[in-house]
Amino acid sequence: MSAIPLWRRYARLLGADPLADVDDELRFHLEAKVDDLVAQGWTLRDARREARRQFGDLRAVRQTGERLGRERGQRRQRKDYWGAFRQDLRYALRIERRDRAFTIITVLILALGIAANTAVFSVVDTVLLRPLPFADSQRLTWFTSGRDLSASIRGAAGLSGVTYTVDAYEEFARHNRSFQAVAAYDPFFSDAEFTLTGRRDPQPVAAVRVSQNLFPMLGIQPMLGRLFTPDECKKGGRPAVLLSYPFWQRAFGGDPAIVGQTVTFGKQAATVVGVMPASFDFGSVFSPGTRFDVYIPAVMDELRNWGNTLAIIGRLNPGVSVAQAQSEATILFPQLKAAHPDWYEDYASTITTLKDFVSGKLRRALIVLWCAVGLILLIVCVNLSNLMLARAAARSKEFAMRSALGAGRGRLFRQLLTESLVLSVAGCVLGLGLAYALTAYFAHQGSIALPLLSSVRVDGAALGWTILIAAAATLLFGCAAGIKASTGNLQDTLKDTGAGLSTGRRHERLRATLVVSQVALACVLLIGAGLLMRSFLRVLDVDMGFRPSQAAVMRIDYDDGNSRAKRGAILEEMLRNVDAIPGVEVAGVADMLPLGRNRSWELAAKGRVYPKDASTVVMVRIVTPGYLAAMGMRLRAGRDFTWRDSASSEKVVIINEAAARYHWPGQDPIGRIGLGGSDKEVRVIGIVANVRENSLEESVGPEMYLPETQADPEGAELVVRTKLPPEALASTIMKTLRKLNPDQPAAEFQPLRQIVDHAVSPRRFFMLLVACFATLGLILAALGIYGVISYSVTRQTQEIGIRMALGATAPQVQLDVIGKAMRLALIGIAFGGIGSLAAARWIGSLLFGTSPADPATFAAIVLLLAAVALAAGYIPARRASRIDPANALRGF
Amino acid sequence: MDKTQLDLVRGTLDVLILKSLVWGPLHGYAITSLIRRQTDDVLLVEEGTLYPALWRLEGKGLVEAEWGVSENNRKAKFYRLTTAGRRHLKQETRTWEAYAAAVGKVLGATRPPLAEEQ
Repeated sequence: MSAIPLWRRYARLLGADPLADVDDELRFHLEAKVDDLVAQGWTLRDARREARRQFGDLRAVRQTGERLGRERGQRRQRKDYWGAFRQDLRYALRIERRDRAFTIITVLILALGIAANTAVFSVVDTVLLRPLPFADSQRLTWFTSGRDLSASIRGAAGLSGVTYTVDAYEEFARHNRSFQAVAAYDPFFSDAEFTLTGRRDPQPVAAVRVSQNLFPMLGIQPMLGRLFTPDECKKGGRPAVLLSYPFWQRAFGGDPAIVGQTVTFGKQAATVVGVMPASFDFGSVFSPGTRFDVYIPAVMDELRNWGNTLAIIGRLNPGVSVAQAQSEATILFPQLKAAHPDWYEDYASTITTLKDFVSGKLRRALIVLWCAVGLILLIVCVNLSNLMLARAAARSKEFAMRSALGAGRGRLFRQLLTESLVLSVAGCVLGLGLAYALTAYFAHQGSIALPLLSSVRVDGAALGWTILIAAAATLLFGCAAGIKASTGNLQDTLKDTGAGLSTGRRHERLRATLVVSQVALACVLLIGAGLLMRSFLRVLDVDMGFRPSQAAVMRIDYDDGNSRAKRGAILEEMLRNVDAIPGVEVAGVADMLPLGRNRSWELAAKGRVYPKDASTVVMVRIVTPGYLAAMGMRLRAGRDFTWRDSASSEKVVIINEAAARYHWPGQDPIGRIGLGGSDKEVRVIGIVANVRENSLEESVGPEMYLPETQADPEGAELVVRTKLPPEALASTIMKTLRKLNPDQPAAEFQPLRQIVDHAVSPRRFFMLLVACFATLGLILAALGIYGVISYSVTRQTQEIGIRMALGATAPQVQLDVIGKAMRLALIGIAFGGIGSLAAARWIGSLLFGTSPADPATFAAIVLLLAAVALAAGYIPARRASRIDPANALRGF
Repeated sequence: MDKTQLDLVRGTLDVLILKSLVWGPLHGYAITSLIRRQTDDVLLVEEGTLYPALWRLEGKGLVEAEWGVSENNRKAKFYRLTTAGRRHLKQETRTWEAYAAAVGKVLGATRPPLAEEQ
């Protein structure tokens, strides 16, 4: 073998070519062979044929060679790629270690952005994207009755207006063809509150009545024991109870032997037939923010005469769509009504998927939340781009040097991307940790009335989402710096002047653009948050009709043997005792409190002819004397009940202003006669201000209050108005109640404010989250402004020095720098303001009492942003004004 | 070259190639000639099959290749034994010798083996 000739160096100028190598090699073999054969005396033609023959299958060998060559090439490429990656990685890690402050800030910012995104995605995924935690849940549907009622009447009727009688439920279940099964539960949880007795102190127990087929239809199996048998759901059947997992743990210490034993709820004994699995949380799906301890059979014959008492859930037959079921129901319910003239209404129903019922109302809010965190991520990326750019600028000499030493642009770009990847991975890990903590925190907020919140966790989907956004973020913030670094002018950079050159200025323009977009994005977020916050304050500001402060409530228990007279005596005695406790201003009892359960009866003005479609449904509360005062309700006219309004005296009623206006328009209702449910006459003795019964955000329908001695309540809540903190009174009140009724459960003495808080908890939840994100956005925007201005001051040190040497005063210099910051901020605010107008219109449906273009909010946010920009600009401005001209000029 | 030629036992070609390179770098044609000469034309190597074997050895890193110029001034690919190749050859040689010895013992036996006791 001799030295390699010069031409060989260029033979593979365009990269390795395995096929050509193979051809060359084989050709050489054949030629050498032919030479040898000719030397042995063969003719050239014969020699060629013989060479081919001895060689064998030339084509197959060539193909093999080609394949092997290709594989080797790929292997080498891979090896080179990973080798370079390892090199980049090592270098990146070294850089991050050196730039510790930068690394910490970057990773923290990124972690916050990723944590917010992952946590919100987990909530969105659980509530919106994932199917409900039931077998084949897309076939489950929800029935809402009262489709033909006007909104105001439906509001007045409350839960009663959207539920069904036992007859309607049973008839529909029997005659429909669309549903595999139709099940029901009693959503008036009120009458299913018991006291667990016979074990330690009496304990309050919240139960829900379910039809026998509900759990089988949902596909829920008990963890221990069995579900209800049909016999247990019949009148006179053996009382049975299923325990929820948390209650089983709490009340029975998770003892499996409890199954089959008898427990006593109040006066009634029931057999524990099973324990439901921990994963099954009835409340979180059907009544968010409510906890249920036990499930009991809904005995239809007992509920039959109680009006609308059932909520219906159906499971569609395979292949039947919701629309088909809807059209069947639209035909079937009127037919059933025609067959049953005694039905009070025709139960025109809207059928939706159960999923829609559970999360439909939240869709918009959650999507807004999702967008808000998306914005945060964008701001984070812009901020990081900016930081990376700043660093790239500081390292421009290094890049130029590497470039001069032969690193291609692609190579530098890759290096920068690897650096952002390292930061991303670190941010991702930290962010995931934060997200885990955040979701765990959400999941334990049992008092937030959001569905499925208890099952929120960071799962595979959320993990995938995190990785996706982290990758996107890496690309986004790595690219800006990468492009910048890989397109810089080599010579300019290598010349050791740096400052004041056009590249620096161009660089600064890019960073300024980033800051402007950051301010604009933060502005959109802040204005959105501002509008939501204002809505929240407006909601809290609503005249609820009662004063939630300085009052507390407790569920009470008594045994009146269903006698109105006896009940009157018991309650009068109880309230007299409670009133006598020092610190208690006034106490009263009602069967249901506002913002919680409700039911509706009928009320009509006697002698008035109502239009054909007019509804005479009003919400009803059964109360004692003193309740109105204890709640802080305002009596507009007439008088409160007294204990003289007894079972045997004239039937009386107190109505709210809405009922007065509706039933006695233009008249004074006091003293007039109303007709109650079964044409019983009641005399109106008082009018109270409207109380927000359903929610703080809906207007109020007609309502009436009846005395406990003249109507039958469902449950009892003691309301105590006191200036003392509720905890201070709790034990005294409990002692008093226990004296009268030893079975009084150890119920919580709850501030009335909590009921209001619970009602506004979803709005508070969203508002707080969006506000947090907006604050984060604001901080990031401030950081961005600070970074850019600070950098430009550093860059212009000499320029400023010259100006000061020429006589510019410190305030002039400061003003100049601050002016620059403000210009950036104002451009950002202008863009952000325009974006906000569009965004605000989009979230319009989430606002309450606040216009999407609310001038106060816009003005406040603009001022806030301007103030923050001012602060962010002031720090570098002060530094600029302290530049010592002599020092700065010496640098020349 | 017909009756005494033996088909090559699979895998043996690799060892022969490695062995032919111990004296220095050779191109493919030289390797075939060398093997033919040293086996006195007993072993038939269909010349084409040599190349895939060579390339595979190259892929495994047992030999490495470099382009050069042959004795009669043609460009040719020269193969050289790597350290790994040398080690591999040593090991294979030992295996082969043990194998050949064992086969030889059986074939060269003059008496039937003694029956083994239970």
